[in-house]
Amino acid sequence: MASYSTNEFRSGLKILLDGDPQAIVENEFVKPGKGQAFNRVRVRNLRTGRVLEKTFKSGETVEAADVMDTEMQYLYTDGEFWHFMVPDTFEQYAVGQTALGDAAQWLKDQDFCTVTLWNGEPLTVIPPNFVELKIVQCDPGVRGDTAQGGTKPATLETGAVVKVPLFVEEGETVKVDTRSGEYVSRV
Amino acid sequence: MADWRPSAAPARPHRARLNALLREFMAERGLLEVETPVLSRGAPLDPGVESWRAQAPDAAAGYLQTSPEYPMKRLLAAGAGDIYQLARVFRGEEQGPRHNPEFSLLEWYRLGFDDRRLADELVELVQTVAARGPGWFRPRPGVRRVRYADLFLDALGLDPLGCSARECAVVAERAGLSIAGDLDRDGWLDALMALVLAAGFEPDRLILVHDYPESQAVLARSSDEHPGYARRFELYWGGMELANGFHELTDPGVFAARRERDIERRRRNGQQIPEADHLFARAMHAGLPDCAGVALGVDRLLMRLIGAERIDGVIDFPWGRA
Repeated sequence: MASYSTNEFRSGLKILLDGDPQAIVENEFVKPGKGQAFNRVRVRNLRTGRVLEKTFKSGETVEAADVMDTEMQYLYTDGEFWHFMVPDTFEQYAVGQTALGDAAQWLKDQDFCTVTLWNGEPLTVIPPNFVELKIVQCDPGVRGDTAQGGTKPATLETGAVVKVPLFVEEGETVKVDTRSGEYVSRV
Repeated sequence: MADWRPSAAPARPHRARLNALLREFMAERGLLEVETPVLSRGAPLDPGVESWRAQAPDAAAGYLQTSPEYPMKRLLAAGAGDIYQLARVFRGEEQGPRHNPEFSLLEWYRLGFDDRRLADELVELVQTVAARGPGWFRPRPGVRRVRYADLFLDALGLDPLGCSARECAVVAERAGLSIAGDLDRDGWLDALMALVLAAGFEPDRLILVHDYPESQAVLARSSDEHPGYARRFELYWGGMELANGFHELTDPGVFAARRERDIERRRRNGQQIPEADHLFARAMHAGLPDCAGVALGVDRLLMRLIGAERIDGVIDFPWGRA
């Protein structure tokens, strides 16, 4: 089993803590001049997203988390699972609701996502930074208001609701930043 | 790839000024500036500091000093009188916001002083240079003195000599501190000091913590007044540890016993046991005069004086760029 010593700690390192895979966010070396050294780290639980602080006696080792980011293509959902495929190997993975989280609202067939696998099981899904989705419902824009920078809600084909400028119409395709959930442009 | 450029340009003139002010203070009090080897054939055995090994071309092993303490004490044993040194020292892989493996110490020794009197002089030095510097931050006048035992008793309800490692763990947990790894009582006391108690020190105050447990005495003499404690002190500026001082141990028998204890602890921790400094041991047997000594972290003092958050801000080429 791979493991890391505290002197290998750096941000981004994935370790196994309390049974969960966690990523080191921050690592600080603390030591009294004549005493025991410690590493105070902030870790983010990759399963729950929770961030917590943990202190290690320096020199301790901790198990590495077998976590791997893989590019996969989204295929379809059967209502219970969302199915992804690794393009090179045609290997398929079924991702449940919990692991998918908020990514669900941005998924369009054929789009490429980053699926994080832990011990070969999907842990999280990160959608592409930008997606292009069709507006299936929004109120008509009011002419003459275009310069005001006003916005209105629009429902996209995936079910996501984003704020779009007033001049954008139903049936049009828009580009959205999935990290902020904000409208970027018309396509 | 590390940046080739220096990281502490704004601090540079302040460092030059601080070095000058430290020397000025020492000269005003009649201490003699000395120089001793950075590279030595023996190393301290104290389990709390790790020496860098140096390899000579002829394959003889040496060590970079972790402080100039041993050769300076040899000077004292040879009758050098009151002395000081601005020294570059090297410690293990200590690297962090307040640690760089290579750093500067101002170390000085006073004949006939005890720890109390030397601590007074240390506080005076910090207050004096802070006042003389160009627009530097100054701690509030004076110093808050607290015994190590009282600090633990008042803030945590813990008796540092009477408590078990288990009790320390419970108190730490209550303070929101959970630690992975086996710690003995002194390990827990270090954790509570560094991560809980010091974090609560008033930021603009000097705090003098004195009478450390005898188990952490290093080379301080044991206290007659408080059995189980030693005449060791540390100076903090807010939560930052700045200096460590002793009423120096002169008894060669106690010195030998402490060395055995250090070796035993190193064995237990699985630490390397470096070559001991035999010349220092001989000087201890020849007789160290009654004196007190202290080492002050110059980089950290500078951090506080100019309000730098990280040690990289006062060292032009820290280890990441060295």
